[in-house]
Amino acid sequence: MNRYALWKYVILAVAILVGGLYALPNVFGEAPAVQVSVAKSSMTLDPGTVARVEEAIKAAGLSADAVSLDGNSIKARFANTDAQLKAKGAIQSALNPDASDPSFVVALNLLSRSPAWLSALHASPMYLGLDLRGGVHFMLQVDMQAALSKKAESLAGDLRSVFRDKTVRHGGISRSGQTVEIRFRDAAMLDAGKRLIQDQFPDLTTVETPEADGFKMVASIQPVAARLVQEQALKQNITTLHNRINELGVAEPVIQQQGQDRIVVQLPGVQDTAKAKDILGRTATLEIRMVDEGSDARAAEAGSGPVPFGSERFLERNGQPVVVKKQVILTGENLTDAQPGFDSQTQEAAVHLTLDAKGARIFRDVTRESVGKRMAILLFEKGKGEVVTAPVIRSEIGGGRVQISGRMTTMEAADTALLLRAGSLAAPMEIIEERTIGPSLGAENIAKGFNSVTWGFLAVTAFMCVYYLLFGMISSVSLGLNLLLLVAVLSMLQATLTLPGMAAMALVLGMAIDANVLINERVREELRGGASPQAAIHAGYDRAWATIIDSNVTTLIAGLALLAFGSGPVRGFAVVHCLGILTSMFSGVFFSRGVVNLWYGRQKKLKSVSIGTVWRPDGGGSGAAVANPNALEK
Amino acid sequence: MEFFKIRRDIPFMKNALAFNLVSLITFLVAVFFLFSRGLHLSVEFTGGTLMEVGYSQSADLQAIRSSVDALGFRDAQVQNFGTAQDVLIRMPVQKGSTSGAQSEKVLAALKALDPSATLRRTEFVGPQVGDELATDGLKALAFVVVGIMLYLAIRFEWKFAVAAIIANLHDVIIILGFFAYFQWEFSLPVLAAVLAVLGYSVNESVVIFDRIRENFRRFRRMDTREIIDNAITSTISRTIITHGCTQIMVLSMLLFGGATLHYFALALTIGILFGIYSSVFVAAAIAMWLGIQREDLIKAPVKKDNDPSDPNAGATV
Repeated sequence: MNRYALWKYVILAVAILVGGLYALPNVFGEAPAVQVSVAKSSMTLDPGTVARVEEAIKAAGLSADAVSLDGNSIKARFANTDAQLKAKGAIQSALNPDASDPSFVVALNLLSRSPAWLSALHASPMYLGLDLRGGVHFMLQVDMQAALSKKAESLAGDLRSVFRDKTVRHGGISRSGQTVEIRFRDAAMLDAGKRLIQDQFPDLTTVETPEADGFKMVASIQPVAARLVQEQALKQNITTLHNRINELGVAEPVIQQQGQDRIVVQLPGVQDTAKAKDILGRTATLEIRMVDEGSDARAAEAGSGPVPFGSERFLERNGQPVVVKKQVILTGENLTDAQPGFDSQTQEAAVHLTLDAKGARIFRDVTRESVGKRMAILLFEKGKGEVVTAPVIRSEIGGGRVQISGRMTTMEAADTALLLRAGSLAAPMEIIEERTIGPSLGAENIAKGFNSVTWGFLAVTAFMCVYYLLFGMISSVSLGLNLLLLVAVLSMLQATLTLPGMAAMALVLGMAIDANVLINERVREELRGGASPQAAIHAGYDRAWATIIDSNVTTLIAGLALLAFGSGPVRGFAVVHCLGILTSMFSGVFFSRGVVNLWYGRQKKLKSVSIGTVWRPDGGGSGAAVANPNALEK
Repeated sequence: MEFFKIRRDIPFMKNALAFNLVSLITFLVAVFFLFSRGLHLSVEFTGGTLMEVGYSQSADLQAIRSSVDALGFRDAQVQNFGTAQDVLIRMPVQKGSTSGAQSEKVLAALKALDPSATLRRTEFVGPQVGDELATDGLKALAFVVVGIMLYLAIRFEWKFAVAAIIANLHDVIIILGFFAYFQWEFSLPVLAAVLAVLGYSVNESVVIFDRIRENFRRFRRMDTREIIDNAITSTISRTIITHGCTQIMVLSMLLFGGATLHYFALALTIGILFGIYSSVFVAAAIAMWLGIQREDLIKAPVKKDNDPSDPNAGATV
């Protein structure tokens, strides 16, 4: 009766094997490493760069445990953090001779120390949260109201120019909050205006009210369009943040949308919060200026003369100097959108810019006078300007739709569009949550969590072994398996492990032993009731099972609630808690029964089981003793 | 080894009224403190800035306090955190000052005071986030209560569900009462601990209810009171041992987990102790007064006999 079919043992063996394999990387741990990736899309990593990295390490008198190129980064592993920090400096100065214009991002990282065959199985250590490895966490709130106001502003401008083109006379167009107010003197014009908006501005809905001297029309952005505006604003802010964070040299930044209007940024290993905040909150500005075409300026570009008065010298992204006039034609304020695309005639890669009404008017005037000349689009960050592109004006450009094309790859077009958009964040952001954890604190937290789990585990298993003897030992082994499986599952899922997560691990082990206590007590009770050892084991496991299920479901309900509504530290707790309950059912019941069956199941004439004292109220005697002799009824 | 050598059933239910009175009084005291003192909510809930600063020697709290006050941050709290070298500074949200400016200013002032000051951790939470966390916490509590009640109502009977929830919510209130009385910091991990305790203590009630159901099937001649007494008596050893094991783990957290896990472990300790009490003495008594009878539970197994997934099928004697 206490035998497992072979397939059950096969399942157990597979679970132990897979669990052991995926938990193994945690034993090897992680080694400090330096990670090199490209800062500009025009650069690529090749074996030559690897050689340069190796040389730099050697020149600094250090030795790396391993240097490897995988995908889009080079990783060099070191024995300790000291060597890691020195190597970072050495690699930084070797690869980026000009510190103000880095071509490579050199960042500190942690790399699994496990052997190659383990990594090939995609087995990696648990992913440590910020509170265990140190770093910064920001939550930014995007001001969606501002994004919508900006959109309304640009729509107001568009309406003005369309009304002018179609000669619809109006008594003034103005933005009021997130709506556009248009006044009309007579009903005919109101009708014409209304039709025009219906035809050309599908994003707007209009409501008219008669006024003392005419009509007022309020055009508001439709909810669908508003949602689109918000989504785009969020996406654009995320892209901009990505670009800026690259500059910080963070190995594995996390930039995620959270909810409708929030962005979470996590920078593991970053300690300089002031710099991080500075970079995240930086506003880049975009300016459009004319290129100085004079002969003095040409000479200055070639480097053979001084920059003429009233002009400045900037570098293009490819390093080519350009001399531009100081007078600013347009700023990023007037640019509403920049998208990569293709020229409709030549099918060349192009960047499409959209200007607001004021910008469009200025742009038309400027381009009319300067056909054949070059204009430069400059991006200023940290007070340092860079020419994004300097195209030649081919013809007068009206209507606010500008196309930049020629000598561009699709990749470059996408990059340029991104940079232009980065010129201004779509909507302002505010830091609403910030957490910084120093690296020493992270290491301490790991030690604290580890000690809690280890000592608790040892104490519980010691007690179980003393109190329940062999059954206690089996329970302890099951508890050990539970820990192993939990660590393996966490490693496989690469779920973030935090200090509350480690607390959950300790707690769940304390709770998981409940299943074994239930079973062991039940077996004792059956023995006390006079059952034969085999029958007692069987009944003990069977009867305890229903109770174990019930109690685990209620615990799981609490865990799921935390998972659903918790945030940050609570979620880290909940993930481990829920997973731990699931693995405990497997190890505590299925596995421990397997061991018991293996040990006792094959003995036909089993006389006794080692489960500690089976105390009987009547002082011994087999079979007759019942817990409550006066009430049992068959 | 056997700790529990019990010869006959302990008449728990005879004293049910007394136990419930004790519960009621503790409950009322806890509610009183909750209202009169309120919870000492952490920065996560109230919004504000928290800084942990490490020193090479024991920190001079008085000097730190006055230098923080000198910066014009009102209502800043300065206290030791874990060891004498570590200092925790809490500042409420200041109008017109961004998070970053605040913690950097304070750190600069502290460095001027003692160059060995190093920033170990900062936390800034905007007021809007705090409000959300509080509502999310309440939602989670509601979810747990409703979820557990539904499950117990389906698996047992509504009377058991009501009894278990009343008994265990009273644990939650008592934990909160302790936090209010001692003004311990109530943070997100503590909230997690409270909810985990809620799920865990319900376990306890479930084990006893399971036994009550089984006894109803086995002992036809016993009345409800005797059945409950027998159920509690025969599960008491398991109750104590399980909780003891969990408490060992929690104790280990309390000893080794450091200041960060301190209140978390404390909440669990109170929860576990009162969990035993309420499950054993309160839940069953409430169920008894709600009038559980054999018929409530015996009907269910008839249906369940056809249920192949029911592990209890055929287990009746």
